[in-house]
Amino acid sequence: MGSPRNQVLTIARFTLLEALRTRLPWLVLAVLLLAVLGSLFISQIAITETVRQQTAFLAASLRIASTFIIVLYISSSMVREFNDKGLELLLSLDLPRAAYAGGKFLGFSAIALLTATFICLPIAFLAPLPSILLWGASLVLELWIVCALSLFCVITFTQILPATSFVLAFYVLARSIAAIRLISGSALLDQGSWSHQVTVFLVDSLWFLLPSFNLFTQTAWLVNQAQWTMILPIMVQSAIYISLLLGAAFFDFYRKNL
Amino acid sequence: MQQRALKSVPKTVALALLASLCLQLAWQFSQPRPTAYAEELVFPPDPKTLQALSLGEPIALSQLMTLYLQAFDNQPGISIPFRDLDYKRVETWLARILELDPVGQYPLLMASHVYAQVADTAKQRMMLEFVYRRFFEDPNRRWQWLAHAAIMAKHRLKDLPLALRYAQAVSKYAIGPDVPHWASQMPIFILEDMGELESAKILLGGLLVSGVVTDPHEIHLLTERLQDIENEEKSSAVPKN
Repeated sequence: MGSPRNQVLTIARFTLLEALRTRLPWLVLAVLLLAVLGSLFISQIAITETVRQQTAFLAASLRIASTFIIVLYISSSMVREFNDKGLELLLSLDLPRAAYAGGKFLGFSAIALLTATFICLPIAFLAPLPSILLWGASLVLELWIVCALSLFCVITFTQILPATSFVLAFYVLARSIAAIRLISGSALLDQGSWSHQVTVFLVDSLWFLLPSFNLFTQTAWLVNQAQWTMILPIMVQSAIYISLLLGAAFFDFYRKNL
Repeated sequence: MQQRALKSVPKTVALALLASLCLQLAWQFSQPRPTAYAEELVFPPDPKTLQALSLGEPIALSQLMTLYLQAFDNQPGISIPFRDLDYKRVETWLARILELDPVGQYPLLMASHVYAQVADTAKQRMMLEFVYRRFFEDPNRRWQWLAHAAIMAKHRLKDLPLALRYAQAVSKYAIGPDVPHWASQMPIFILEDMGELESAKILLGGLLVSGVVTDPHEIHLLTERLQDIENEEKSSAVPKN
């Protein structure tokens, strides 16, 4: 199959082709239309700041919808490949496991990039271009982390339900962990009690292990003001977390008995 | 499913995983603690929207909203004094939480014991008035918060007429079996402090005659109190003659 680089690119290309041929673009388009219609409804019932409300609704709903679509797509696609024994066929060839998993991640990342680009299109009519670019870039990075996490989970669990449940629970927790940490450290609580200290320790431990999704893809960038410097910590966090998740996925994949 | 041996994992993969984990921990360690800002507290959505958002779980939503509101306080490391909060917004939040879960006592506790403790008389009064208004919706369950408000009005605000108004409301409307007698006796002591001895005497005498108080110790205490008032009245009447 050629050099490892070519192997990775070939797997990525076929992953992308599979997505295009399984009507994923139509699903994205349908969700996009629904969100746009919903935002129009919101703008109709809003008494004031209609554009602001419409933008916020559209951005927030599309952000969650895109994550949901990507997670479900990756899980179902990978599980189908496991069940069809396509993976065993591929690995019987001269193909390292890392090249397969790496290629899959690259393909899924390309799908995430295209999805994020589509999503930014309707928002472009409502918010200034620099803000959309920043928001879109952050969304891409967020979806790439979700891709790596989904890949890791589906390799580990090999079933759709546990894999998607884990990813979605992780996503919700990562988005709310800063608020949870804020609440757990409240000065109103009994700081000296052991139960409070255990809670704070657990929340702090989770915070160290989870990516700070609360900083990613903020609607406030679209409706208020945004600065390009905001993307730098997000890029660093994404690079670290994607490598961590891919490392974990590769580690588990190498240990898997097919 | 059996797993392959650990040695089947290439060392580069294991090392990359370990390095990434260390980097993640180091990165998060270098990040500042999340902080709350007073100006970030916005008005909550209207009750109908909240009902829809609760997806049939208004109590759960009210608790989440309470915790959210509670986050806007003194955070470790960074102090956001309550007085910096927009109390109109705080009050709206408390009202919405109470509307979602009318049996819950948390918002009234927050109003009377937390948000009313700021060194800002106007904000203190705002919170006490909130407790007063909400008391009438369920007096037998909410009397304790208004009783606390009466004590605050008397001792903190030094506003005896306000304290009397709160105490009279407790005495008049909180008439359930779980309401202790001292709560209904509060107006007597406030009237006494205000020098309204005649009114205090009438209330105290009426209470003793009504038979509501049955505990002998309590009857003894109240009778002594009545005698004290009468003595005080007599002694204050002497110089006039």
